[in-house]
Amino acid sequence: MTALVEYTDVAELRGPLLVVRGVAGVGWDESATVAAGSGAPRHGAVLEVDGDLAVVQVLEGTEGLRPGGTRVRFAGEVLHVPVGEAWLGRVCNGRGEPLDGGPPVLARRRAPVSGYPLNPTYREPPAEPVITGVSVIDALTTLVRGQKLPVFSVAGLPHLALATQIAAQATAGGEPFAVVFAGMGLTHLDAATVRDVLEERSSAGDLLLLLNTADDPVVERILTPRIALTVAEHLAFELGRHVLVVMADMTSYAEALREVSAARGEIPGRRAYPGYLYSDLASIYERCGRMRGSPGSVTIVPVLTMPAGDITHPVPDLTGYITEGQIVLSAQMQARGVYPPVEPLSSLSRLMRKGAGPGRTREDHLDVAAQILAALARARQTQELAELMGTDALSPTDQLYLAFERELREQLLDQRGDEARTLEQTLERAWRALLTLPRRELTMLPSALLAERGV
Amino acid sequence: MSVVRVSGSLVEAEPVPGVAMDDVVLLGPAGVPGEVVAITGHRLTIQAYEDTGGLAPGAAVQSQGAPLSAPLGPGLLGAVFDGLLRPLSAAGPWLVPGWGAGQNDARRWEFTPAVTAGAVVEAGQEVGTIDDGPVRLRLGAPVAGVVGDVAPAGPVAADAVVATVGGRPVPVTTRWAVRRPRPYRERLTTAEGLHTGQRVLDLLYPVARGSSAAVPGGFGTGKTVLLQQIAKWCDADVIVYVGCGERGNEMADVVAELSELQDPRTGDRLARRTVIIANTSNMPMMAREASVYTGVTVAEYFRDMGYHVVVIADSTSRWAEALREFASRTGALPAEEGYPAGLPSALAAFYERAGHVVTLGGRRGSVTIVGAVSPAGGDLTEPVTAHTERFVRSVWTLDRDLAYARHYPAVTWEGSFSRDAETLGPWHAEQGDPAWARRRERVVALLADADRLSALAELVGVGGLPGVERVSMLGGRLLREGVLQQSALGTNDAHCSREKGAALVDAVLAVVDRCEALVAAGTPATAVEETDFGPLLRAARETGPDDAAGVAARLEAVLAGLGAPT
Repeated sequence: MTALVEYTDVAELRGPLLVVRGVAGVGWDESATVAAGSGAPRHGAVLEVDGDLAVVQVLEGTEGLRPGGTRVRFAGEVLHVPVGEAWLGRVCNGRGEPLDGGPPVLARRRAPVSGYPLNPTYREPPAEPVITGVSVIDALTTLVRGQKLPVFSVAGLPHLALATQIAAQATAGGEPFAVVFAGMGLTHLDAATVRDVLEERSSAGDLLLLLNTADDPVVERILTPRIALTVAEHLAFELGRHVLVVMADMTSYAEALREVSAARGEIPGRRAYPGYLYSDLASIYERCGRMRGSPGSVTIVPVLTMPAGDITHPVPDLTGYITEGQIVLSAQMQARGVYPPVEPLSSLSRLMRKGAGPGRTREDHLDVAAQILAALARARQTQELAELMGTDALSPTDQLYLAFERELREQLLDQRGDEARTLEQTLERAWRALLTLPRRELTMLPSALLAERGV
Repeated sequence: MSVVRVSGSLVEAEPVPGVAMDDVVLLGPAGVPGEVVAITGHRLTIQAYEDTGGLAPGAAVQSQGAPLSAPLGPGLLGAVFDGLLRPLSAAGPWLVPGWGAGQNDARRWEFTPAVTAGAVVEAGQEVGTIDDGPVRLRLGAPVAGVVGDVAPAGPVAADAVVATVGGRPVPVTTRWAVRRPRPYRERLTTAEGLHTGQRVLDLLYPVARGSSAAVPGGFGTGKTVLLQQIAKWCDADVIVYVGCGERGNEMADVVAELSELQDPRTGDRLARRTVIIANTSNMPMMAREASVYTGVTVAEYFRDMGYHVVVIADSTSRWAEALREFASRTGALPAEEGYPAGLPSALAAFYERAGHVVTLGGRRGSVTIVGAVSPAGGDLTEPVTAHTERFVRSVWTLDRDLAYARHYPAVTWEGSFSRDAETLGPWHAEQGDPAWARRRERVVALLADADRLSALAELVGVGGLPGVERVSMLGGRLLREGVLQQSALGTNDAHCSREKGAALVDAVLAVVDRCEALVAAGTPATAVEETDFGPLLRAARETGPDDAAGVAARLEAVLAGLGAPT
């Protein structure tokens, strides 16, 4: 770094913010380095410039800083990170600094972490699947390359295990693939588990793990998904890989955003989240997609815990308006002993229609999925009826639906956390469940398909 | 004349001499555009339309001397623009700040004069035309007066001047300040129906040309699909589709589908009568705010040539949120849920730009506005939904339960209304369908009756209801499944002509009448209910979009199956 001007006139310290006076030519969103005493330099970004005052958000927090003896330098540009394959196989903290004992990640190319909006006319509509090896997702809410499909969960459910399993198993039918896993606000135990499960894929050089733990500075959490996506965009659109970005937990991210907003004294919006939460979340989620003329894709699976299970809470609500469907975990499915406890009826992949079926996955896929969901909806009604009136009051057909539900749960929905099923295996299991029903109930399946199965 | 303070899209600067409210200024070396939103003695407040990363105090501020204006001319149709009406085809894959600077359109357009030198014309009267695909652009006189010189027929550039009238130039491309409505001679109050091709709307909640409609619905209820269907199939001359803070992949999908589909009326690609404004959710927030005005301005431009135009804005909630974001940055006092106190008047001003008018040139044209509303948490009492409902003529509320039950379009008959329905009855009669109003009345009554009875049946069991009421419930089901549900996929049912829609309703009503007669004559209700109504229920999907005769044939089959009362 060339000799940059150093500013020492710190006017104010408040929460994660530092106000420095007497600056000249410092731009908004510019990155900064804050040094105090003998400690390691801290990093920051400019949140506001007003005349000769600059408000700097300090990533590592402001603990121990004092107005005298703090030196601030500005980089003359917005925050950039190196990009390239050198990230793959690495484990880093939420700022991208190594946690694996290796050297800092270096690369010839750098890119701004905030990214740029992808020109809508350069977007290619997503149309091929990512196979996660998790039956309930592959069969009923197929993840499509370039899609953003969140997992909605509540505290206590194994969403992190599911996210990690997807990160460990997902593939794009033999095409170049990579995974970027961004952990935000994870407990140390969770972080250690994630590292363990992803160890194999990481050492195969397919995966970057960014870990921001719950006791790391909250401001760093705002940066973590952006670093992950900046690396992912380069791998996808420059190097032609299909990149899956898993981000857990976006609720922690949004809380970090709220904390900084409160420190800045901004007018709070819904539940005190800043009024720009939608735009901010969109600036992350919208970085998924496919680009005309590039073979790669960025697929995003954000994981978020709905506080108190409330799907209308601002974070899941705004997420739902930006993402293309959702995978919903439910305590009821968990109570029935199903892993992953996905509730198929409220889960939806808006892009599945384009990304599955003939030429994408298998000829019968969309019909099978539609029939399973229709039959499951009927089975659920039957269960309610059985709870009211007893199973004896049910018709023979109703009884078959109860059997179907059991078979579906055991064959398709329930799976081991380390079990990767091929799409063939998944769809065969789906058929096994469906064939507990008689032909007359399978009205959504074309007769040719039924004939093939000898029904 | 330089920047003093930067906080995201909020920029403050030293005053620039001569700068006025709403003027566009260019900021810093990249020339990031912004709009003046407040002027005090020593400060200008500017909202930037693009990312201000790197913009520092001391950076230059250049006034453009005019408010945000849209260039209106050939090349709009079939193209995709950002919220400031800059063609996105001129940008690279990534929208870096300042990308719109220095664009140059080298295309030529075939001009045909309509007047000769020395003629006297009225303001707005056509002085020449340019063919732009299936739509003919009519270049209007800027004032009433004598035509000076007129360019001969032949190719002209988009920035050429093709005539003078009363000493004023008639350019091929004019600029218009987007926040100012374009003038017209008079507003018409006579109703004329807009055919959307979506049965539930055309039948129950119709919208007149020049009217406005809102589509509220939580996420996953099918707003975007419904709006896309209207964009593809409604009988407007020009569609302006504003993707305002919505998903990039969906925008890509709209562009791809419109380019593939053929317009049944013109035979040209649907995209050729469509102007797409794409300011997706991660594009700059303030350009999103501007995009709805840009869209309406483009619509008024085509209206002024005597065309019927539909503006689709998906979603107005994102636009309102942009207002809120900026209000909060400028420290404005928040009203309901953090929205600025000006929200209702901003909404009203937007929807009031809809209208059926006589243009300055004496033609009739209309702008119909359809706005999606994305209520936070699906709560229909939140301010944007609540205020919007006051200013629009029709509300098409989408319901999560209907959507989960795969009843699409998930328009709920409890929460929807149309204030145009009454005036459209006589118009339909003039168009040769005198039964329209009565048909609608019967459908509404039958649906209400069926809903009331199914609530009752849950208590007493279907068996406890008299036969005639069971027929009403059956009628409700046949209407829902055979008429109101419509599949956006496939070619047969994606849109539906007036004739086929009427035939479907008439068929269901005829079946209901027959069932009533049968029950009155002593046939048990169970026997009626167990009839195979399949041919009728599948008629919408299995007959062509204009095939009223096919529907009638299926009705005959079902009636034959029912038999006549003895």
